[in-house]
Amino acid sequence: MNPWPFVTAAYCIAIGATAALLLWAYASMRRAEAAADALKRK
Amino acid sequence: MHALANPARFLRFARPATNWLLWIGLAFAVAGMIAGLTLTPPDYLQKDTVRILYIHVPAAWLGMGGWLGIAAAAVSQLVWRHPLAAVAGRAAAPAGATFAAICLLTGSIWGRPTWGTWWEWDGRLTSMLVLFFLYLGYIALGSAERERGGEGRITAIYGVVGAINLPIIHYSVLWWRTLHQGQSISLSGSSIDNSLLWPLPLTMVGFSCLFGAAVLMRMRAELAETKVEARMRRLSA
Repeated sequence: MNPWPFVTAAYCIAIGATAALLLWAYASMRRAEAAADALKRK
Repeated sequence: MHALANPARFLRFARPATNWLLWIGLAFAVAGMIAGLTLTPPDYLQKDTVRILYIHVPAAWLGMGGWLGIAAAAVSQLVWRHPLAAVAGRAAAPAGATFAAICLLTGSIWGRPTWGTWWEWDGRLTSMLVLFFLYLGYIALGSAERERGGEGRITAIYGVVGAINLPIIHYSVLWWRTLHQGQSISLSGSSIDNSLLWPLPLTMVGFSCLFGAAVLMRMRAELAETKVEARMRRLSA
């Protein structure tokens, strides 16, 4: 059995899920901090 | 930890720490994965499938470590009433759930060519799946309690009680010897040859830093949301 499709799939899942977690956390942080700053300036 | 109890002081630490953790984490994780894919020899038995080790093991440790963090935050909240403990617990849950899911999926993919099956109801796999569902319950409970304006005490108790699953996961390979291999890395050493093992600390440090960066970003988001909600309440009063 060729192992590389399994290795590739595992790495794609790990990299994709970690990237999705970081992007979601970053986007929610930027959105919330921008809203807090905008409200402070009002 | 009590020095960081003040949110303003915490933010002065968290802003630079987020960037440091993110960039150091990316550098170590990418270096470790490249090394694991290209610079190590294939295992004599598993051949190239063994390369899944460099992502599966950090994911398993961080899945368990995330809940250990939740339990520590919960104790800190219940015993010392640390003002940021509930925020830290809620922030750690999505990262922990993500790494528990990565562990389950990469383990399943590793199992197919190694064991000949995608899934087996063995002690280690089942207890890890239970941990993933515990995370989902914690996220749902934490969100519901926060929306109702609660202090998060029920969520904290759930976090402490859920920690009973951690020793079950750890000792499952000793208690129920089925498909999953026994403990190969411990404090006293490793049964894996050094020629295969050396990239693992790189991915361990890398993914741990990325986990920390995600937790800090979620904590900063929640603190900013709390500030907006408080100001809106004052404006509408």
